[in-house]
Amino acid sequence: MRNFFDTLINRQDMIISALLEHIYLSFVAVAIGIAIALPLGIVITRYRRYAEPIIGVTAVFQTIPSLALFGFLVPILGIGSPTALIALIIYALLPILRNTYAGIVGVDGSTIEAGRGMGMTRTQILRQIELPLALPFIMAGIRTATVLTVGIATLATFVGAGGLGDIIYRGLQSYNNALVLAGALPVALLAIGFDQILKWIEKRATPKGLKT
Amino acid sequence: MIRFENVTKRFPDGTEALKDISLVLPTHELTAIIGPSGCGKTTLMKMINKLEKPTDGSIYIDEKPINGMDEVQLRRSIGYVIQRIGLFPHMTISDNVALVPKLLEWPKAKKEERVRELLQLVGLDPEIYMDRYPLELSGGQQQRVGVVRALAGDPNIVLMDEPFSALDPISREQLQDELRNLQQTINKTIVFVTHDMDEALKIADSIIVMRDGQVEQTGTPQQLIDDPANEFVRNFIGVERINQKRTFGEKRLMEFLNLFTRDWAGDAENISADSTIEAAFTQLDNSNQDYLAIIEDEKVVAYANDRDLLKAALVKESGVLV
Ligand SMILES: Nc1ncnc2c1ncn2[C@@H]1O[C@H](COP(=O)(O)OP(=O)(O)OP(=O)(O)O)[C@@H](O)[C@H]1O
Ligand SMILES: [Mg+2]
Repeated sequence: MRNFFDTLINRQDMIISALLEHIYLSFVAVAIGIAIALPLGIVITRYRRYAEPIIGVTAVFQTIPSLALFGFLVPILGIGSPTALIALIIYALLPILRNTYAGIVGVDGSTIEAGRGMGMTRTQILRQIELPLALPFIMAGIRTATVLTVGIATLATFVGAGGLGDIIYRGLQSYNNALVLAGALPVALLAIGFDQILKWIEKRATPKGLKT
Repeated sequence: MIRFENVTKRFPDGTEALKDISLVLPTHELTAIIGPSGCGKTTLMKMINKLEKPTDGSIYIDEKPINGMDEVQLRRSIGYVIQRIGLFPHMTISDNVALVPKLLEWPKAKKEERVRELLQLVGLDPEIYMDRYPLELSGGQQQRVGVVRALAGDPNIVLMDEPFSALDPISREQLQDELRNLQQTINKTIVFVTHDMDEALKIADSIIVMRDGQVEQTGTPQQLIDDPANEFVRNFIGVERINQKRTFGEKRLMEFLNLFTRDWAGDAENISADSTIEAAFTQLDNSNQDYLAIIEDEKVVAYANDRDLLKAALVKESGVLV
């Protein structure tokens, strides 16, 4: 245990910069994931014929083991953080896409018809009815995506993109258990921390009238 | 006036929900559309605000074809109470009611005043209910909100699709009375879908009986009872009810004073409380007034129009409609 604290203190700079890299990778991946999956999720509710195939494709990506996906991408994109980001984005897409779609499709048809019948435009229905009512689902999807991404980002080290995986990998190579732990513990805390924060936001995002 | 001209509606799956329908819904009247489940009532109503479009034929509002009208503008000018209420669960009662005024960009003060006025109209204290959410209201209160929400933009036409269907008999009766009274003050063109004949007889100026995408008969409540067009209409109204009217026609007005109108400011023709309902019907038919003033001991004790008389003719001893 002492050994572990010594490692923490001695390698402080390295750990912090790896942590920041890790947060950066996860954060950017989730942000881009949202930027793609949210609008796409909305679009496929308007063209439901394409919804199943599109969600299906992202689900297939999801089933590729993460290490294998990194392996596929390297020959195409080379080594570096873009490769890691793209892999992470691919994993972030599905939960956000699926929840956005399910959240909007799940809005009671009679509520939407009331809106239409009262003369709301499609944009007004989307913004004032569908999105607010789907928001808890969408937030839950973002939360899942974030936790997933924080975990998978440990593999970024294999494509030279840094992150806490670096530390774990280094520890493994040098049979230094304390160092492995010094990398793994922050990953776990990061995942739990993000999860809690997003859980709180999710709760706040639930429209007031639905909380009863 | 809303006019349907040879309107046919065929859904993509081949269902013919409306078959060559032509009819007129007069201005300032409450027309009830009635018929068994699946006969096309909702479809017919949705044609008016273009939620459904005819496969064939045209619809006119005040003789202007709605075909060319902008559907969003049209819908904002028509009140709509959908089957199953459809309040927005994430908006307060106040925001729900103010939705169309907001779409019409009314100033804030005017919106708020309108909300208060309407909630009061249906007996919901604005101070208590304005900031509540729909799920915090009982079913009956929600339906009231659903009804006044449709009136908020002050539309000339209001479409109501089984607005009271989810209610217990008592709240239902109460809301029917409220709607009837309301209609006397607001005077809208109301299209009211129901599959309950009691409800239709009670509140409608005229009734359209539908079956299987077609109109079987159109007429006032009285015409339907006195002269049902065919076996289907007769059964739908209920043979019991028709006979009831015949025998109860013999009863005297004084037995039903509690069913009649208390106050009536307009002209009325005098009739003695001793007269039979039958005699009252005849006198009203031949009169050019809409109301009879019922006289007992040389004082007017109540007023009755043809609807009131019909109610009296249909009521059982217990005071409920057959
Ligand atoms: N979108 C649709 N696609 C296909 N068929 C439909 C559609 N909407 C309604 N129908 C069919 O059209 C017919 C009329 O339906 P409508 O909803 O107008 O009936 P209704 O008289 O309002 O019945 P209810 O009293 O049960 O509300 C029914 O047979 C129904 O199944
Ligand atoms: Mg219906």
